[in-house]
Amino acid sequence: MNITNAQYQTGIDGSSNIIKATVDGTEMYIPTDPANRHYAEIMRQVEAGTLTITPAEEE
Amino acid sequence: MALSRIQNNSYEDTAVHGVRNLIDNGAMQVAQRGTTASGLSSIGLNTVDRFSGNSATAGSFTLTDEQSSDAPAGFNYSRKLTFTTAQTTSAGTRNQVRHNIEGYNTAHLDWGTADAKTVTLSFWVKSSVTGSMAVAFINQTETHSYVTDYTVSLANTWEYKTIVVEGPTVGTWNTDNTIGIRLSWDLGSGSTYQTPTSDAWVSGWYYRTSSSVRPAETLNATWQITGVQLELGETATPFEHRSYADELARCQRYCYVITGGGDWHTYTGHVQNSTSFLWSATFPVPMRAKASATFDNTNTQYIQGNNFNFGPTAFAISAISQETMYVNTTSSNMTQGHALAILLNSDNKQIMDAEL
Repeated sequence: MNITNAQYQTGIDGSSNIIKATVDGTEMYIPTDPANRHYAEIMRQVEAGTLTITPAEEE
Repeated sequence: MALSRIQNNSYEDTAVHGVRNLIDNGAMQVAQRGTTASGLSSIGLNTVDRFSGNSATAGSFTLTDEQSSDAPAGFNYSRKLTFTTAQTTSAGTRNQVRHNIEGYNTAHLDWGTADAKTVTLSFWVKSSVTGSMAVAFINQTETHSYVTDYTVSLANTWEYKTIVVEGPTVGTWNTDNTIGIRLSWDLGSGSTYQTPTSDAWVSGWYYRTSSSVRPAETLNATWQITGVQLELGETATPFEHRSYADELARCQRYCYVITGGGDWHTYTGHVQNSTSFLWSATFPVPMRAKASATFDNTNTQYIQGNNFNFGPTAFAISAISQETMYVNTTSSNMTQGHALAILLNSDNKQIMDAEL
């Protein structure tokens, strides 16, 4: 997967449990669920040092 | 008349009256994402549900992916791939059709234990390229694989194939909501993925044998599949035709596409402030995991008071579970505290993706 523009989003409870990212050219909202294949790939790329997740914008 | 006996000797310990087929959408009936996609540089989740691909390092071919109405007797659809630009294969090229089976649905096979059970894979295939082609069984972590070849004897002719595989007694085979078994039909992977021993379980991550041909290397090659069934036991039984509603619900555990098809999808919500409102949706079945959401707000309308309004400019997930989502929608001229309805137009798709 080609993943770019990853940024945490602030959810309804104020937590950052959603990531907005562009995956293979498509903008997606990706929950931080280890069973979600997009999140798993994001974390793999973060651990490999090839992707950085930007913190959420302050409200 | 007394009911004396129900015969059950032909299917061994396969459940005759339950769900035999471990494959979802094996007859390629459900195609929520669309029925055709062209100009693709990889095999993925483009058309028929649950049948994906793996071509992460390919990129050297161009592909058309269709839910085709060309199918053998007894079936109405197949998945058809056409290589509109021939592949140049390198050692690391990966090029396969895949079907990942959830671990909850394969737990009873006892793979990875001394009690591992034998399974039988059956399917119909039609290919413009003839010769030996590979099927592989792989675990989630890709530490164990079994690769065998089937033979396409006649070009452009539907052929029925069956493959019996003794279950592996080693390896980790997940039994939860992650991948239990990866099934792979190779269409042109490179030598890196060539198994050292075919028709046997080996350590590692392999997709093809030394005899496997590569249809993807032939310009305008076509390869079609349907009637895919994986079942317990050593016998390929007739394809288990399930209702469309049943197959759709099974597929919606992994992907739910909200699209109108001429109708409006309506959800209710409330205005949060002058520039945003929130609405919620319940999924038709609990999804396998919390899903990734892709939104399209084109032509979407909302009703605030008695007025129809166009123009939500953006959607974003505010909260999500396996059953519901809560969506924050950016708009303008909103009146805080008002209730409203949002109408999703049939021209666009909201895709919830919890695929394996």
